[in-house]
Amino acid sequence: MSSPAARKMNSGFVAWLRRDLLLAYRRRGEVASPVVFFMMVSTLIPLGLTPEAAQLEKVAAGMIWIMALLATLLSVDGLFASDYHDGSLEQMLITPQLLPLPILGKVTAHWLTTGLPLTLVSPLLGLMLSLPAAGYLPLICSLALGTACLSLVGAVGAALTVSLRKGGLLLSLLVMPLYMPVIIFGTATVNAAVDGLNWLPPLAILGALFAASVALCPLAAAGALRVTASN
Amino acid sequence: MNWLSNWLSNKWRSNNWQSKETSSWQWFYRLGSPRWFYLRSGQWLPWLSLAALLVLATGLIWGLAFAPEDAKQGNSFRIIYIHVPAAFLAQSGYFIMAIAGAIGLIWKMKISFMVMKAAAPIGAVLTFVALFTGAVWGKPTWGAYWVWDARITSMLILLFLYAGVMALQYAYHSVDAASKASAILALVGTVNIPIINKSVDWWYTLHQPATIKLTSAPSMHMDMFMPLLVMIVGFYLFYALALILHTRNEILRRERKTSWVRELVTAKAGG
Repeated sequence: MSSPAARKMNSGFVAWLRRDLLLAYRRRGEVASPVVFFMMVSTLIPLGLTPEAAQLEKVAAGMIWIMALLATLLSVDGLFASDYHDGSLEQMLITPQLLPLPILGKVTAHWLTTGLPLTLVSPLLGLMLSLPAAGYLPLICSLALGTACLSLVGAVGAALTVSLRKGGLLLSLLVMPLYMPVIIFGTATVNAAVDGLNWLPPLAILGALFAASVALCPLAAAGALRVTASN
Repeated sequence: MNWLSNWLSNKWRSNNWQSKETSSWQWFYRLGSPRWFYLRSGQWLPWLSLAALLVLATGLIWGLAFAPEDAKQGNSFRIIYIHVPAAFLAQSGYFIMAIAGAIGLIWKMKISFMVMKAAAPIGAVLTFVALFTGAVWGKPTWGAYWVWDARITSMLILLFLYAGVMALQYAYHSVDAASKASAILALVGTVNIPIINKSVDWWYTLHQPATIKLTSAPSMHMDMFMPLLVMIVGFYLFYALALILHTRNEILRRERKTSWVRELVTAKAGG
C-alpha cells in the first residue's frame, strides 16, 4: 500500500496542501475577504432588485451561485501569483514529483479556504434572500461540489496568466466561459428541489463535472505552468 | 554485455531505418518550414481565390435569386445562406485552431502556431457574423433581435472562448509563451465545447418558452438545400483562403529578421 514511490507521490500533494493551508492560516484576513465579498454583494441584490420575498426567492439560487462564482474568480487569481513572485513556483517545477500532484494540493487548499467557507455561509445568504426551505440541502451539496470545480478550472486560468502583470481581468475572461456548465447545473440542482422535483440528477452531473476536472485540470495547469512560469 | 552495447550502438548508427523514416515524413517536415509554406502557398493562392469566388458567387446567386420563397417566412429566410455557413465555420474554426495548437505543442512546429494565431480572429469574426445574421433574421421571424435560445447562447459562449484565446495571445510579449499558452487554452476549450453545448441544450429544454419553436424545419426542400450546400463549400474555401493569407502575414512578421524575408521584401521594393 505505502510503497516508497506511492509515499513520494503523496508527499508532493500533502506537502503543498499543508504549506498553503499554513500560509492561509497566517493570513487569515485574506481568507475572509471572499466570504465578506460574497455577503456584501448579496446585500446589493435586494437593493437593486426588490426586497419582496416572493420575487427574491425566484432568483435566490441563481444569485447565490453567480456570487460564489465571482468570489472564487477573485481569489483564484492569487493561486500561483505569490509563489511565482517569491520563486517557490520554480522550486515546485523542478521537484522530481509529478507536477499535477503539488498543483492538486494547492487547489485543494484553495478550495478549503474559499469554496468551503462560501458553502458554509450559503444557508445564511439563502435565508436573507428568502430561499424556500427545500432548497438548503441542495444548495449546500451543489456549492460544495461546484466550487471545487470552479477552483480546479480556475487553476488552469491562473496558471496561464501567472507571469502577466495584469492577469486578473484576463483570467476571468479566459475562465468564465468554462464556468457556464457548472452554473447551469448548480442552479438547476437548487431550482429542481424548490420546484419539488428530483434534484439528484443535476447534482450527479455536477459530480461528473467535478470528476472530469479533478482528472484533467491539474494536467492542463501543469502544462500551462511549464510554459508561462519560465517566461 | 559489451556485445550488446556494440550491437545497439551499431543499430543506432546505421541509417537505414532513419532515412526511410525521413523520406516518408518529408512532406510533414517541409510543411513545418515557414519559408517552404510561404513560397508554396503563394502558388495556391490564385487558384484558391478563384475557386472561392466562383463557388460563393454561384451559391449566392442561386440562393438569393433562384431558390423558391419560403411559404411562411417569405424572402427573409434567404439570410440562411450566410447564417448557417458562418455558424458551421465558426464551430469548426475553433477545432481547426485547437488542432493547429496541438500540433505545435507536440511537434514544436512554428508554422502551426502561426496557423493557430491566424485562425482565432477569423473564427471570432465568423461567430459574430453568425450571431449578427441570426439577430437580423430573428426580428422578422420571432419579433425580437435576441432570444435566449440554446444555439444562440452556445454561439455567444463560443465567441467568448475565441475572445479568451485572442486576449491571451496578445497578452504575452514573448511569441513562444503566447503561442504555447493559447494553444493550451484552445485545447482546454475544445474539451469544454461539447460539455458547454450539451449543458446549454439541457438548460434550454428546462426553460423552454412555449411560444417559440425555431427549429421546425427538419426537412428542407431540395431546391432550397442545394444552394445552402454550395454556400457551405464556398465558405470553407473562403475560410482556407483567409487562413492562408493571415498565416502568410504572420510568417512575414515573425520571420522578418531572416534573410529570405529580407530578400523577398527588397526584391518586391526594387521591382
